[in-house]
Amino acid sequence: MRRSRLTFAALAATAALVFSHVALAAGGGGYVEHSGVNTRDVAAAQRGAKIFVNYCLSCHSASYMRYNRLAEDLGLSEEMVMQNLMFSDAKIGDTMDIAMPAAKAEEWFGKAPPDLSLIARSRGVDWLYSYMKGFYRDETGGWNNLLLPNAAMPHVLWQLQGIQEPLYHTVHGEDVIEKLVLVEPGEQTEDEYAHTVRDLVTFLDYLSEPSKLKRKSVGIWVMLFLAFFAFLTYLLKAEYWRDVH
Amino acid sequence: MSSDGSPEGVNNGRRRFLVATTSAVGAVGAGAAAVPFVKSWNPSAKAQAVGAPVEVSVRELEPGQLMKVQWRGQTIGILRRTEQEISDLPLVDGELRDPDSAESIQPEYAQNEVRSIRDEYLVVNMHCTHLGCVPALNNKSNPPPGVDDWEGGFYCPCHKSRFDMAGRVYKGVPAPTNLTIPPYAFVDDETVLIGVDPEGLA
Amino acid sequence: MAKPASNFSRRMNDLGNWIDQRLPVSAFWKATMTGYYAPKNFNFWYYLGSLALLVLVMQILTGIFLTMHYKPSAAEAFASVEYIMRDVEWGWLIRYMHSTGASFFFIVVYLHMFRSLLYGSHRAPRELLWVFGMLIYLCLMAEAFFGYVLPWGQMSYWGAQVIINLFGAIPVIGEPLTEWIRGDYFISDATLNRFFALHVIALPLLLLGLVLLHLVALRENGSNNPDGIEIKKNKGEDGNPVDGIPFHPYYTVKDIFGVAMFLLIFAFVIFFWPEAGGLFLEHDNFVPADPLVTPEHIKPVWYFTPYYAILKAVPDKLMGVILMGLAVVILFFLPWLDRSPVKSIRYKGIGYKLLLAMFAIAFVRLGMLGMAEGTPAQTIEMRVWTFVYFGFFVLLFFLSPKMKTKPVPERLTH
Repeated sequence: MRRSRLTFAALAATAALVFSHVALAAGGGGYVEHSGVNTRDVAAAQRGAKIFVNYCLSCHSASYMRYNRLAEDLGLSEEMVMQNLMFSDAKIGDTMDIAMPAAKAEEWFGKAPPDLSLIARSRGVDWLYSYMKGFYRDETGGWNNLLLPNAAMPHVLWQLQGIQEPLYHTVHGEDVIEKLVLVEPGEQTEDEYAHTVRDLVTFLDYLSEPSKLKRKSVGIWVMLFLAFFAFLTYLLKAEYWRDVH
Repeated sequence: MSSDGSPEGVNNGRRRFLVATTSAVGAVGAGAAAVPFVKSWNPSAKAQAVGAPVEVSVRELEPGQLMKVQWRGQTIGILRRTEQEISDLPLVDGELRDPDSAESIQPEYAQNEVRSIRDEYLVVNMHCTHLGCVPALNNKSNPPPGVDDWEGGFYCPCHKSRFDMAGRVYKGVPAPTNLTIPPYAFVDDETVLIGVDPEGLA
Repeated sequence: MAKPASNFSRRMNDLGNWIDQRLPVSAFWKATMTGYYAPKNFNFWYYLGSLALLVLVMQILTGIFLTMHYKPSAAEAFASVEYIMRDVEWGWLIRYMHSTGASFFFIVVYLHMFRSLLYGSHRAPRELLWVFGMLIYLCLMAEAFFGYVLPWGQMSYWGAQVIINLFGAIPVIGEPLTEWIRGDYFISDATLNRFFALHVIALPLLLLGLVLLHLVALRENGSNNPDGIEIKKNKGEDGNPVDGIPFHPYYTVKDIFGVAMFLLIFAFVIFFWPEAGGLFLEHDNFVPADPLVTPEHIKPVWYFTPYYAILKAVPDKLMGVILMGLAVVILFFLPWLDRSPVKSIRYKGIGYKLLLAMFAIAFVRLGMLGMAEGTPAQTIEMRVWTFVYFGFFVLLFFLSPKMKTKPVPERLTH
């Protein structure tokens, strides 16, 4: 018994070591804030969907996402989706594509805006949240971003957030942005804008894996079933092994 | 050792019970695990989107004319019948295998003498119920080559199955049942939506 | 009521006899299950073999179903994986089972191999068993590598780029060889297509053949055990080993319990943690492959990173590749490198325990460093652990015959 306990302790220690390492590596750069996104908050995802189609979907596609799936998962009727979220002549079973051809987009922006279907899985929700809050007007008068310096994307939500400018401080003789300050207020307060961005990112999180909620709810039942099965097999094993001990 | 080969003092009843219970629960688990694999063969969301209902305008369709559209990979015919053709339908009942469409596939609202929602328009899956060829429409005045006793209807070139102007199968041909009627609905007087029941229209 | 029941069982018996006269089913069952005696002191480490077999079966099953929807072309591969994840009913579950299964395969296999180092299961007379196992491991690495290319994300693409270019380090034939492997001047549709063929049919067939050999070799001498004693040396009057128990029912019921516990952990990851924080499914692989944009930080999946760290530790390309290859190849010779008179760690002295602990730490630490960004300090650390990794084999060879051992008992301890 003592031996196996040692074995398990060693295995657990190894696992803990490896995973703490992963958590550390996934931390990211200095400007990333915690987003507080809750996947289960369907109302936030609904509001985010509205923001997404109004502000993002003209340049960015989400070409793996079907409108009717959106309706089903976010608890909306197909009519509501058609009236509120679909502006093109797309059909309800179509994916969220855009009319802008990639070649033209490259000409206008220097780089075709990426498809956003999976952006929350490649970038992470915290990064996206901070990115949408990290736009500022730099010395050239153009848009820049804390998380993605010289981003090709302009600040599409600037009317909501207002205009930020950077405040520098000196580290080892180099100017580094300490923080951003609002120089021109927008339609929303700082708190309201944070909520808007959180809603948008909640939707992007849903968009990146539409089956996530189902996955977790099925998972609970699978775990309960397997726990019961494991209990039965334990009894069975113990019963037969009485012969051996 | 006892007589059945198991060691002394063994509770065989408990063993049998545990083996049976574990096997049963394991079988339930295996069955449940098979469900996602079986269901993954269903038409995907993409196939469903491609197979969505098809809207067809029948404004240009003249009496006696047939138009064909594709829905879920099937050829769907929309036939606008003349007054004469409609009133002649009961005349052939005696020569048909299933005149009342009792054994054929059609929505409830098309299980009638004319096999349609509106007498004039027959909306029909054109694929022969024998082996899936697409029969041709031959009006009464235009019998298929080599056929003399022709009352008008569909004629399958593959194995010579015959159907009347309501897609009902004649006796003595290989096709077992009448041509299938797909679900459909009239959006307005000139527009048919194929693939959806009338009550499915919002 | 009793009569129809006995009638039924008599008929089943007749059917059994009918089959047995044509196919030796019950003889096979007796030889491999009820009449096969295994040591009675198996512990946790002895669940892993049957679990590896379970994972293999699951991978084949889920793989077959993925193949039904996946498109092995550069233009469609990435989208077809998302098609599976979104449009195919339950496709996400089948895909997660397969992607999680790949990582669990390596977890199980690494632990299974470590078991041999603990109890000397690779030592005589089981050297060939170990060699077949190593071939399975090699085959599995190739299988996993080809499989990782198929989703055609950025990590698929650039991981394949780096690994194929390793062959370029070989003098003279290196460059033409990489071109031949790719079937193009860069990683392209042709590469993806052939990797798909290898992944779904060629290597699985090879893998199954090797697993069969591994099992046949296992049954020849029977399993080793935590005491490292041959139970067949001590037989009772009935001709069966005194310290053995029939595999069925005792180890079948025990393995079923192991399977249930394994599935509990496996299901937890599938349903609640399928990316495993970027370990099992990497973040960059959710971006479609782009030959024009290199990701900032390319690294192989976790199960390759110990060797990748050894590669990175060496400043010379060719030497790095050679050392990395050697790190795998040297494992084949373990049965002959350990020359200790006893097999199990239970009867070895503190020397072997320390050596093995250092080796295990080196392997895990190299794996972590292989994933890291690669600061100068990390490079130095990688060199230290690479030294420890190889040091284990050298010291084992020279010290194992001299190291202190404890007396080995005649019978299994309990």
